Amino acid sequence: MSGIESAAASARTGWTLGLLSVAAVASVLSSVMLGSVTLPARDVAAVFLGEGSELARLLVLELRLPRTLAAFATGGLLAVAGALMQVLLRNPLADPYVLGISGGAAVGALLAMISGLGLVWISGSAFAGALLSTLIVFGLAHGTGSWTPTRLLLTGVVVAAGWGAVITFLLAVRPSPELPGMLYWLMGDLAHARGNALPWFTLIVILGLALPLGRSLNVLARGPLQAAVLGVSVRRLEWTVYLLAALVTAVAVTTAGTIGFVGLIIPHMLRLVIGNDQRLLLPASALAGGILLTLADTLARTVIAPEQLPVGVITAMLGVPVFLYLLYRSRT
Amino acid sequence: MNAALLSLDDLVIDIPERPTGMALDFPLRPGECWGLLGPNGAGKTTLLHTLAGLRRPRAGQVRLDGDALHRIPRRRIAQRLGLLFQDHHDGFPSTVLETALIGRHPFLRAWNMETAQDHDLARQALSRMDLGDLADRQVQTLSGGERQRLALATLLTQDPPLWLLDEPTNHLDLHHQVAVLDLVRQEVTSGRRAAVMALHDLNLAATYCTHLVLMYPDGGMCWGRTGEIFHVQALERLFQQRLAVINSPEGPWVRPVPGSRRTPA
Repeated sequence: MSGIESAAASARTGWTLGLLSVAAVASVLSSVMLGSVTLPARDVAAVFLGEGSELARLLVLELRLPRTLAAFATGGLLAVAGALMQVLLRNPLADPYVLGISGGAAVGALLAMISGLGLVWISGSAFAGALLSTLIVFGLAHGTGSWTPTRLLLTGVVVAAGWGAVITFLLAVRPSPELPGMLYWLMGDLAHARGNALPWFTLIVILGLALPLGRSLNVLARGPLQAAVLGVSVRRLEWTVYLLAALVTAVAVTTAGTIGFVGLIIPHMLRLVIGNDQRLLLPASALAGGILLTLADTLARTVIAPEQLPVGVITAMLGVPVFLYLLYRSRT
Repeated sequence: MNAALLSLDDLVIDIPERPTGMALDFPLRPGECWGLLGPNGAGKTTLLHTLAGLRRPRAGQVRLDGDALHRIPRRRIAQRLGLLFQDHHDGFPSTVLETALIGRHPFLRAWNMETAQDHDLARQALSRMDLGDLADRQVQTLSGGERQRLALATLLTQDPPLWLLDEPTNHLDLHHQVAVLDLVRQEVTSGRRAAVMALHDLNLAATYCTHLVLMYPDGGMCWGRTGEIFHVQALERLFQQRLAVINSPEGPWVRPVPGSRRTPA
């Protein structure tokens, strides 16, 4: 009977990841098909087979596919960052945007941009900002007691407000012709995110590092003392996850600005369906986060075409109600 | 005589803002069941957490199988001792079976999934705690007593030779209190295991423990075999409470005398 149980568990893992992979391919395809000019599926297929018209090739290979792939990887990164922070804080409300981690990364990236530094510096500076923000939020929210939702959220909100002020200050003292573009980027915008392998590389590396930690994270989710008694080196694991979450957030922010709530919505929805085993939840979050951001970006490109919305507007419209619902339910 | 599982070497527990108390110095051997008795705040939980390596002592040390506890990796400690906490925090939703299964964590490598054998161990532990039918229930829906038995089932799944139990009878009805303590006694008298448990019920402690530690709020300690330690004067001083003694064939039974609370001297 138990043999059947463990077999059933791996079958569930297979089904979940299989279904999500199919949905991922479908979301990428629809994103490539839809836009100012709608391309039928057979035209897209023709381009992938090395045929198709000049215009179709330009649209698919030069414009839409790179942006779509960047959107997918960024969504995956944000969802994984959210899932990791939720385990660390044992709280489903944790998310890199809500906690002000994205804000720290944005300030770091903006400083490097204003100084005219290259992409590597922008990423590194964003990582430093994300790490600083993580230390502030997690250090303050912990204190001597446990992480209550109120304390955690208040810390996050105040830190995010602080970074917001720094961003406004920076934009005011160094106005540049790219100001509208920067504002769009800060709202979360994928228009300039293309042809960059960093988010995909990071996503794959992070999953490779986090999956072997999955069972330890499951135990950590039950509290640090319980985890320590069951053989987890709690401090080392927590620091590893802090660093991973900050790194993931920094790469997502450098790629596409501060996109909120993906890290909140996706792990929450998945937990309702597949439970809280991190060994399944983390890869499933990567796929589902990618799907969500790909679809949201398609919507952002098409809903007021030919004008484009920052994709952060779409995710916020989805995320704010989910967040408020979770907050309502967590009143105890 | 069996080799000690755990040795307390001049161990002084660290309770913040309290003067340094007496040092504890004795070994815990398989086949022994130690009861910790004392009023609230005397340091029973602190002592159990110190024995599990979750807190550092103020002085002295704990040795596990002869090695200093703070030098041993957590994973190896978890293969040798388990701790039942007084409170249980569940965080995210999970099922009863999943919660029992985390007891296998110290025995699995990073990439290992739980095997059919691990599932069997968890199932058996749940049955021994009368939770076999609840395996698929969500933990949040359990009653206080059921949650306590689930925590014991997790410890049974972990199956370490040393059990540290912080008020194991918390929330349990009379039947399950006796069932749990019978289980502890059965496991300990098999000679493979030792147990240390904090208890509030003096008569249960006298019935089930081979040894007792009396922990006074001022840091004083007194320990030894149950028959030598279980004296009414010592217990009256311990709890600042007059006690009536009823002698029975199984040994003395005590009950509090109503309205006789002493003000601390």
